[in-house]
Amino acid sequence: MKTNLIALLSGIIFGMGLAWSRMINPNKVLDFLDVTGHFDPSLIFVMVGALSVALISFKWTRTLPTPLFSDKFQLSKNTVIDKPLVIGAAIFGIGWGMTGYCPGPAVAGLSLFSVESVVMVFAICAGFFAYNLLFEKHK
Amino acid sequence: MENFTPFSALAGGALIGISATLLLLFNGRIAGISGILNGLFFAVKNDRLWRLLFLLGLFLGALLFAIVAPDFNTPRQHYPLPLLAIGGFLVGFGAKLANGCISGHGVCGLANLSIRSLVATCTFMGAGMLTVYLVRHVLGIAA
Repeated sequence: MKTNLIALLSGIIFGMGLAWSRMINPNKVLDFLDVTGHFDPSLIFVMVGALSVALISFKWTRTLPTPLFSDKFQLSKNTVIDKPLVIGAAIFGIGWGMTGYCPGPAVAGLSLFSVESVVMVFAICAGFFAYNLLFEKHK
Repeated sequence: MENFTPFSALAGGALIGISATLLLLFNGRIAGISGILNGLFFAVKNDRLWRLLFLLGLFLGALLFAIVAPDFNTPRQHYPLPLLAIGGFLVGFGAKLANGCISGHGVCGLANLSIRSLVATCTFMGAGMLTVYLVRHVLGIAA
């Protein structure tokens, strides 16, 4: 129960952050990627804002034996730089550059009631299902 | 750089950092949107409600912001839908393959000082910049 409330609250704050930083505006994201055109460095400032909080808070949080409301930290222990990581990130980047959306802004962008976000959310989920059909069928 | 908005970018970014902190500190979870969304379909049964609530919150938070400041973000018009559909598919597929997106690798992973996440972040930014160059300046779509 408590963890569900935290999830909801965390989502609300994240959504507000995406709206305030204008990252739910896909043209703003494309302008960041458009280094030879009308470049807009705002996205880097969003990451600086997020990391200046998270770098400190994560370091402190990880000195705790367990999270406050659950029994363990569920962090990736994978440290290998492998092909799936690099190829996956490249495919992701191509899709990101084609649309101006990554998953967060696609979901938060539904708040603007545009067709774009709906198409994006469905297409992203289709990508998940395609991955599962290809790679996780036999598990 | 007439469209550069450093103040709102920093402020919104700080909220994202606070959100990721809450989720890790209280629940021990990483605020990676692609992982949370993917798990809505593929996670074990009793691991799904919090994901739904987080995503609902993501929508509600942006909606609350839009109610308070209605003209702050406006929807983009006339962007080619096939480009969105194909690009969206690649975003989902790539995020799953790389096990993370901008929030997972670019914020939480970097905050955990993960080299893996740094490689992912540099890769998707490089690929994104190359793609935008092709789409906007070579193909001349929606420039």
